[in-house]
Amino acid sequence: MLSPSVVVAASLLYLGLLFGLASLADRRADQGRSVVGRSSVYALSLAVYCTAWTFFGSVGRAATEGVSFLTIYLGPTLTLLLGASLLRKMVRISRYHRLTSIADFVASRYGKSQLLGGLVTVIAVAGTVPYIALQLKAVSGTFGVLTGSSVPSTVDLPLSSDTGFYAAVILAIFAILFGTRHLDATERHEGMVAAIAFESVVKLVAFLAVGVFVTFAMYDGVGDLFSRAAARTDLQHLFVMPSGSESYGEWAALLVLSMGAVLLLPRQFQVAVVENVDERHVLRAIWLFPLYLLLINLFVLPIALGGLLYFPEGTVDADTFVLTLPLAEGHPLLALLVFIGGLSAATGMVIVATVALATMISNDLVMPALLRVQGGSFSEQADLSRWVLRIRRGAILAVVLLGYLYFRLVADAQALVSIGLVAFAAAAQFAPVVLGGMYWKRGTWAGAVSALVGGVLVWGYTLPLPALAQASGVAEGFVTDGLFGWAALRPHALLGLDAFSPIAHGTFWSLLVNTSLYVGVSLFTRQGVLEHAQAVSFVDIDRFTDLSAPSGAAGATAGRSVWRGTALLDDLRALLGRFLGPRRANEALTTYLAAHPLDEVALDADASLTADADLVHHAEALLASAIGSASARAMIATVVSEEPVRVDEVLAILDEQQKTLAYSRTLEEKSAELQRQTERLEAARNELMVVNQALREVDRLRDEFVSTVTHELRTPLTSIRAFAEIMQSTPDLDPEQRAEFLGIVVAESERLSRLIGDVLTFQKLNRHAVPDARPLDLEAEVRETVRAVRPLFSRRGVVLDVNATVYPCHVEGDADQIRQVLYNLLANAAKHADRALGRVRVSIAELRDPSGGRPLARLDVSDNGFGIHPSDHERIFDAFEQAQHRPAGQGDAPGGTGLGLAISRRIVQAHGGELWVESDLGAGATFSFTLPLLLAQKDGTQAAVTTLGLEPAGPGHAAP
Amino acid sequence: MPSVLIVDDEPNIAVSLDFLMRQEGYAVRTVHSGEAALAALADEPADVVLLDVMLPDRDGLDICQAIRANAAWKHTRVLMVSAKGRPVDEARALALGADGYIVKPFAIRDVVARVRALM
Repeated sequence: MLSPSVVVAASLLYLGLLFGLASLADRRADQGRSVVGRSSVYALSLAVYCTAWTFFGSVGRAATEGVSFLTIYLGPTLTLLLGASLLRKMVRISRYHRLTSIADFVASRYGKSQLLGGLVTVIAVAGTVPYIALQLKAVSGTFGVLTGSSVPSTVDLPLSSDTGFYAAVILAIFAILFGTRHLDATERHEGMVAAIAFESVVKLVAFLAVGVFVTFAMYDGVGDLFSRAAARTDLQHLFVMPSGSESYGEWAALLVLSMGAVLLLPRQFQVAVVENVDERHVLRAIWLFPLYLLLINLFVLPIALGGLLYFPEGTVDADTFVLTLPLAEGHPLLALLVFIGGLSAATGMVIVATVALATMISNDLVMPALLRVQGGSFSEQADLSRWVLRIRRGAILAVVLLGYLYFRLVADAQALVSIGLVAFAAAAQFAPVVLGGMYWKRGTWAGAVSALVGGVLVWGYTLPLPALAQASGVAEGFVTDGLFGWAALRPHALLGLDAFSPIAHGTFWSLLVNTSLYVGVSLFTRQGVLEHAQAVSFVDIDRFTDLSAPSGAAGATAGRSVWRGTALLDDLRALLGRFLGPRRANEALTTYLAAHPLDEVALDADASLTADADLVHHAEALLASAIGSASARAMIATVVSEEPVRVDEVLAILDEQQKTLAYSRTLEEKSAELQRQTERLEAARNELMVVNQALREVDRLRDEFVSTVTHELRTPLTSIRAFAEIMQSTPDLDPEQRAEFLGIVVAESERLSRLIGDVLTFQKLNRHAVPDARPLDLEAEVRETVRAVRPLFSRRGVVLDVNATVYPCHVEGDADQIRQVLYNLLANAAKHADRALGRVRVSIAELRDPSGGRPLARLDVSDNGFGIHPSDHERIFDAFEQAQHRPAGQGDAPGGTGLGLAISRRIVQAHGGELWVESDLGAGATFSFTLPLLLAQKDGTQAAVTTLGLEPAGPGHAAP
Repeated sequence: MPSVLIVDDEPNIAVSLDFLMRQEGYAVRTVHSGEAALAALADEPADVVLLDVMLPDRDGLDICQAIRANAAWKHTRVLMVSAKGRPVDEARALALGADGYIVKPFAIRDVVARVRALM
């Protein structure tokens, strides 16, 4: 046993040593010879993870649960090994945004939200206070063990005799000394980090010392211990991982919780992210920190086994084996060393945790509240930096005392480990919003708020609330029966899920609710513009920081100019001075101005000088490190003259610019399009000109046609009128002559009627469509027409052959029109066939288009007459034109109207075919037309020769 | 005996003019084309030529010009007989040397009077 005064003296001496070390480190930092610039210091400071809980609790847990205690250390190892890039990204983001805590991190990510910052702070405090209580319990408990004055700290114990209270006060004082000596623009505490790293060494050495002592001095090494323990049947379960769903659940839960805790616990975020001075340190910590964890756990099981073997009655708390074993073996100095090691673990945790929490409380709870409630009067105070420090100190004290209160009221009832795990589970609530915030741009403010609220409600209901209820004995019923007696609401078996241990159960449900709400609400809500900008700058941090730049230089002034620029420099300086202190403010501005090409006279009396947007932004960043990003934003807004541009406005401007760009691109495209359109227009104009010309031509043709028609009508009319007048004025006309004249009048009248009919027909014909098209058999139409023209052929003694190789020959058309064509061609042929041996041949054949087009029906009408002069081959198809080269005498014969072929051609063309003539003078003429065959045409290839009309007569045949 | 040459490709119109001119007591010849008309005049000049405009081979106005261009036929009067009744057609014919212009269908008295006036 040691006397309390010795222990107290040794403890104070040790703490004094730490403080001296911290001061030295701070001084060296000020001189630019930083000790924390070493990666080993960074890795050791991460070991603040190992608290008194590790130091004492691991042995306790190993003594009851065996090797499964290792899970708590497996998690962080995995996190560092697998998540190094994540940690680096976190560091980079935090440096870029000058983030001071995990609350700041979350608040900043989701649009610099004061609500989120406050929420995270509250959760962090709620999760940390029991943890601090745990440290107090460890210190006072081990103090009691060491001094043999083991008094149970109960509610009725007076404060004056409670070592826990003294421990709390002393820890608070040290935390204040370490953490809030001055307001740091970077919010780094180099002295504190150095002290923490040193403490990590001390606790490791102490633990290794007791481990070596137990293993090798008390027993003959690990093998000896294990074989002895193996002989005890009641200890065998310690060597195997427990199995069963509850154990697996527990194991998985611990793994998840510890993986998250090493980064998300406020103190871990503080040392791993905020205090990081060089992100390359992370690379070394990847293996150094796991190595540390391995070493400090090396002797946990041997010590536990040694304790269990040494105190077989089970009267000694396994949590205290590290002290009780050396004491029982008569090594009080070793026990003192172990106590100092435990003290290191506890103080390290309390100092870092309270400093981190104090920053969060002042930046995210108190300052926003003060700035809001007291508004102008508060923010106008000359030097707010003192206020900030006071708030932080008060916060440290309050947190530690809260921890003490928890310790006095609750902590006794619980083992160290379970308290720690509840804190882990609280920190785990940050995981979705932090990880999502770093890798998922869609995560929204609303999603984050609902995730945190939902997760923490489930956490509170399933973990600390039942513990509090059972410890205090108040409302214990809801733990066993569920809220309102609903079994589904039993806090350790929500919805009947009772396969898990309480910690696994609480972890599962809270994280499930948390993650679901985060993802679900995020998907259904939209980000504000600032929020979106922040989300992008978090997720795509590498776009904002120069990877190759030395990490210390990156970020601080990286330009997202959020302000419209013009704040009075003096106003900015005053504002910074209020929060940072005038000296630091001036320093900061001078440093900035030295590095940036603003006017040299900036810091002189010229109060009207305006700060540009970069400087305003820089000021906001400086301020953010003192009072948090959300508050800094609000404060800067008060001094920036004119309306500050809201970020969404800036983004709107950017957006506008982009739109303008896009618009100009569109314009370019449009002008190209215009060019093309102009060309098209040109083409259209040309086309139009052509069409116009064609129209004019059509007009001219119509005039010509009308005048021709008039002429053609007048010709028979002239004869009729002339003979009528002759007969009228010549009463004594010779009867024979009168009869001849009357015959002419009648014939010319008939001609006039025919002409009128043809003109009407011709005018009616549509050049491009057949109004009354039906499928019809061309061969049948030929037969029908032949029947009609037979008298004409008979009269002239012309033989007519019809030769159809395709029948029925299905085409589509207007039967009347087709018949008219056939009639015209046959009548013409009859008229022009040889006068003596007239012969006309009609043939129908199928015409296969070699290019694969639609098959055609082809009809030929050949006569053996005089033929047609080549120059007339086209002319004869014009209206009122007849062949000029006619055999003598033929011109005498009137009868044709001059429209027959024109009409026929029009009809054929409207049916999709062509009508033409082939002829050599003196060798007859062949008029041919084609019509598209209907595709349903059956392949009727039988040849058939049908001879109609008169049979070919012999040489003696004579025309009538 | 005054002579008349009738030039028209429409046989019936030619027949009617032939009848009218004979009734007036003129010596009448009839042809159906421009070339035939010039050949007939070369064969024997005529006092009056009743000349159709729309002839199958050559335009009647063409023939009119040819007649006017030949000094041998300077006493020959040319009376155009045409189905083209626009004033411009008549004006063009007169400008080319025609002595008169009659539009088809004509009144027989009109034709007779015009020929008589040209004799």
